[in-house]
Amino acid sequence: MTICIPLGVPVPHFGNLGAKSFTNNLSGHFCTQHYESPCLSFNRHEVMKWNGWGYSDSRFLFNKKGQAEFTGKRYKLSGMILPALKDWFEGTFGASLQHKSPATPLLNTSAVQAPTLNQDFVEELKSIGVPFSHEAEDRAFRGHGHCLHEIFALREGKIGRVPDMVVWPNCHNDVEKIVALACKHNVCLIPYGGGTSVSSALECPPEETRSIVSLDTSQMNRILWIDEKNLTAHVEAGIIGQDLERLLNESGYCTGHEPDSMEFSSLGGWVSTRASGMKKNIYGNIEDLVVHIKMVTPQGVIEKSCQGPRMSTGPDIHHFILGSEGTLGVVTEVTMKIRPVPEYQKYGSVVFPNFEQGVACLREVAKQRCAPASIRLMDNEQFMFGHALKPQVSSIFTSFLDGLKKFYITKFKGFDPSRLCVATLLFEGNREKVLQHEKQVYDIAAKFGGLAAGEDNGQRGYMLTFVIAYLRDLGMDYYVIAESFETSVPWDRVLDVCRNVKARVVRECKDKGVQFSPLSSCRVTQTYDAGACVYFYFAFNYRGLSDPVHVYEQVEHAAREEILANGGSLSHHHGVGKLRKEWMRETVSEVGVGMLQSVKDYVDPKNIFGNRNLL
Amino acid sequence: MKASDRDLRGMKDDEFVDILEERRCSSDLGHAFRTFNPQPYKGGPPCSAADLNKALLDSHFLHRVVKEVAMETGSSQEKVMEEAGEILVEMSHNLHLPFIRLMGYTFSKVIKRLFTSIFVNMDGLNTLQQAVQENPVILMPNHRSYVDFLIISYILFTYDIPVPVIAAGVPLAEMKIVGEILRRSGAFFIRRSIGSDKLYWAVLSEYVRGIVRHGFAPVEFYVEGLRSRTLKSLTPKLGMMQMVLEPYFKGEVFDITLVPISISYDRVLEESLLARELLGVPKPKESTAGLLKASRVLQEDYGSMQVNFGQPLSVRKLCEGKINRSYYNLVPRDLPMKPSAEALACVSWLAHVVVGLQERGSLISPWSLMACLLIQEPTTVLAEQGLLWDDLTEKTLWLRKMVLDFGARLNWPGEAPNSAVMSSAISLHRSIVYLKAGRVYLTQEEVPLRRHRISPEEGVFRTAVPVLMLAAYRNQSLHALVRPAMLAMSICITRSTQRDELFRFFCFLQEVFANEFIFIPGNLSQDFEEACLCLNSCGAVYISEQEVRVSEQSSEVITFLQKLLQPFIDSYQLIFRCVCEEEQVQVFTEKQFLAAVRALALKLILSGELHTYETLSSDTQKNVLSALCRLEAVAKLRTSEINEFKVNKAAVRRITDALCGKIPPQMLQAPPDARL
Repeated sequence: MTICIPLGVPVPHFGNLGAKSFTNNLSGHFCTQHYESPCLSFNRHEVMKWNGWGYSDSRFLFNKKGQAEFTGKRYKLSGMILPALKDWFEGTFGASLQHKSPATPLLNTSAVQAPTLNQDFVEELKSIGVPFSHEAEDRAFRGHGHCLHEIFALREGKIGRVPDMVVWPNCHNDVEKIVALACKHNVCLIPYGGGTSVSSALECPPEETRSIVSLDTSQMNRILWIDEKNLTAHVEAGIIGQDLERLLNESGYCTGHEPDSMEFSSLGGWVSTRASGMKKNIYGNIEDLVVHIKMVTPQGVIEKSCQGPRMSTGPDIHHFILGSEGTLGVVTEVTMKIRPVPEYQKYGSVVFPNFEQGVACLREVAKQRCAPASIRLMDNEQFMFGHALKPQVSSIFTSFLDGLKKFYITKFKGFDPSRLCVATLLFEGNREKVLQHEKQVYDIAAKFGGLAAGEDNGQRGYMLTFVIAYLRDLGMDYYVIAESFETSVPWDRVLDVCRNVKARVVRECKDKGVQFSPLSSCRVTQTYDAGACVYFYFAFNYRGLSDPVHVYEQVEHAAREEILANGGSLSHHHGVGKLRKEWMRETVSEVGVGMLQSVKDYVDPKNIFGNRNLL
Repeated sequence: MKASDRDLRGMKDDEFVDILEERRCSSDLGHAFRTFNPQPYKGGPPCSAADLNKALLDSHFLHRVVKEVAMETGSSQEKVMEEAGEILVEMSHNLHLPFIRLMGYTFSKVIKRLFTSIFVNMDGLNTLQQAVQENPVILMPNHRSYVDFLIISYILFTYDIPVPVIAAGVPLAEMKIVGEILRRSGAFFIRRSIGSDKLYWAVLSEYVRGIVRHGFAPVEFYVEGLRSRTLKSLTPKLGMMQMVLEPYFKGEVFDITLVPISISYDRVLEESLLARELLGVPKPKESTAGLLKASRVLQEDYGSMQVNFGQPLSVRKLCEGKINRSYYNLVPRDLPMKPSAEALACVSWLAHVVVGLQERGSLISPWSLMACLLIQEPTTVLAEQGLLWDDLTEKTLWLRKMVLDFGARLNWPGEAPNSAVMSSAISLHRSIVYLKAGRVYLTQEEVPLRRHRISPEEGVFRTAVPVLMLAAYRNQSLHALVRPAMLAMSICITRSTQRDELFRFFCFLQEVFANEFIFIPGNLSQDFEEACLCLNSCGAVYISEQEVRVSEQSSEVITFLQKLLQPFIDSYQLIFRCVCEEEQVQVFTEKQFLAAVRALALKLILSGELHTYETLSSDTQKNVLSALCRLEAVAKLRTSEINEFKVNKAAVRRITDALCGKIPPQMLQAPPDARL
């Protein structure tokens, strides 16, 4: 049986807030009458920060008592006091609450360059009735992703080249029309999904002289049908992760695709960057999840003729689309695998005496192919960091219990607190199997000296994933800048990559004149048969530096060089964008680059999709 | 101490401390039982010798090689594995603190007797103490005497730094008791000729890499491979260096720290043994009995010893842009793999850099300066008429000023008057020269009473011993003088003032003498530049963009420097001549070659045609042979068991002519990779 989800699903964004103002009639109403000045629904910064991560109402701050708290009501941590954060923050970075570096509070619209409009294009666009805008706010909001340098510039009120206008197609057909017009009038199109890029992919190339149009897919956010026999769903590509999950849940299904950015990132974005989800061990990465993709290119629409689960029809054309980073066209509709919502979920955690043992355990788990939905190993620095985010304990009993646990691990078991590390686990499935699975994993862990450390620690570990981006904004209020980057690496090099990249970051910071010792930390976030995905965080206090962003960029560059020299990949799931372009040639070889280039040349000879990512 | 005094001593600002001073006023037993509590590497857990061996035997790398060897030889894997185990037993160190203490105690006793003082630079030790906590450290001393062997361990023990494991030759292990003591003091033992023994290479390289990876103890090895018989630096050996560096190339460690260490002696214990060995008397085999017999050397005074710990070098920084570590990305970590050409070049370059730093770090003694001057006198004059003492002292002070101008480090005691310093140097070296009635004479061994006459050949031999000793002490200063001396030689031979012509000849000399003097590959123009600046700094030349012109007033600098290199030129020319002379002979063995050269040299010394005794040194002879091979004038034949050489006489003549300026030198080899 196929269920058709009727049009007029509540507005895409962020459940409770977004739903207040808009209910139905998205398509009919706005598209015809309000195309010149789109309503608030199109304006994300009503609910989201214009110069930081996430929802405007959710942020970390140090209150008058100097205690850290997290505002808002959206997260489990919201409204809580985090008593240990201040000491950790000051101790780790040498920062002080006295030294503030606040952001420019409001966007100065006069700092945004006047738009370069292609009048013929605008006229024809009006005639086809697709809403658009050239308001400064709309354009500035879509001119950046979330790289540190992008956010840092926004906080200082600096706006570089931004799109000259924004269009909001409502469906596949709208996109076809827009792309045809863009080709006709030689306008540059940059597709925009959730705006969570961390590869400078959304930056407008400064050398672009044509009018740049940001194609915002947010209105293409419907589930068009669910096929329960084949367990697939056909979805418009502009849908945001959490909405997709929530809507499917209502029918008892899920995709299981949960990238850390799922609150804000879009399906089309996942496809075009080869995204990876936390629970890929059960559900697979995006390339495993898609069954069918429809993309509009300057040469026309590309799609397969059937939905066969596997084909031998030459190289898989999906793989030209997956990871194309908006250089070939706009993904408009995707058919995805879905699964029944799991009956039972359980978090867990294991403490290891050191990182080496932890990695050995993860390797063994991967070898036995019994990885839970998610298994992640944090190093000692992140373990400490996680501890600093513990909310105020409600009773003396809990704090006593915590003390007892600590005593048991460090004194009785002889773990060195400055070396131990923790793995967080998430099991999913039916209850019986989960418990069985859990036992199997804990047994393996025990062989590597691992001690089960409870569900709470596990859950807090995953929560950290969602709030860490908010924490960066807090750091930036106090002269601390931070960034994360990732790689994938064969098992035999995991430890080497972790050690060397962390050490390289520390050394580069020192060499580049950073006055305070940096935080340099990593975690293993995914396991595969032949390797793992490693995520690095680094942060430092930039007081005393005249050009902190430049220093940070040099350090990040050096760190990437180090990754490549140690056998790590250029990216596991963030993509290349413009940030990592310089390494493409050595990554995929001269011929590889030539192949990609020839596809680009055929599909988009006029470089309409001119964001200049990847190549 | 006043700044000017310091400058004269040439010790710069380093604070050298005599570590024997404290040993003389406190108990050696107390020292041996001191609390030894070094800061461990990165706070990591220590790794015992047994753990290390176990990790090696369990390694995938070794198992792979064992499998291959078993396939190739047809024996079972278990058997090969057993063999590997035996190799490991022979090789592995067994570092034990109690033995370090025992060693420390004995060592205190012995060195106090041998040396008046042992100077160590404290800031070098302090930086080393830091360095051992951060990255695996490789200690790379030069090797001039057997005393070198444990001195580093002794110093590190005294200053609470983890004691090193030391690469040593298997013959040492075979000494009774002593071998075991060395083993427990941290020595591990390597066979001299490994050849193509795959299993041995595998065990050795994995063993060394294991120690570096764990980083719990510094590794100490002699990059020169063996003790230098001539007190000159030797061409570095690359095998060990490569094993030590590989963990960095493969990314198994973040960085490796190299610490060049320069050990200099006022007087070397083995001086006369070395000279005899160079003249063809075989080296006594290392044995415990021999060691005990040698205890008579303990009766003598050897002056002071200086140990200069160089600035730690980061391999990572040095290799930046020189090596592409992703070379290893596409094969398993534990696959035995030939290093890339790039890596080999880098290893060689690093080894040369370290040797260069060892040289620059060594302290030149007053005696060595005197030896430079003494050896320039005709041997017969020195043996019979003697040299006027006042002339010698005056010229030594002149030379002192010059080497200081050249930026060398000197060990000139500042507290005593200059004349006292020099006469005490003479008396310390009475085995070579002696002072009588205001003149300095060459010391010659007394003729045994029973024999009344000695043959002229024996006479040459008797003179040669002290002369070669003198040459060895001269060699201690050569590193500071060789670049300007080569420029001086180029000026004298080419009689040109053109910079590029001089540079061409300078390069040619470096090429010919690459086995005599160690130069960093690819550093030619810097070396030339340095030579120009040196000569300019002492007023010997004027330099301009195109020209290097000798100044009229100070031709004595040029003459002195030219004479400094003359023995090498003479020896090389003679040996070239010898190779070309034999009419029919095209192919010879090394043994035949050495004998022929020796006979000719002896003949010409007796006839007064050859003025240097250094041609008699087997070291010089072998160096010429390697130079000829390198310059492709002689080819090594691999047909027979013993090495045979085939000579291309025309090529040798071309080199001969170029070396005396008859024809312009062609570049003999393609210029080395610009990146190096």
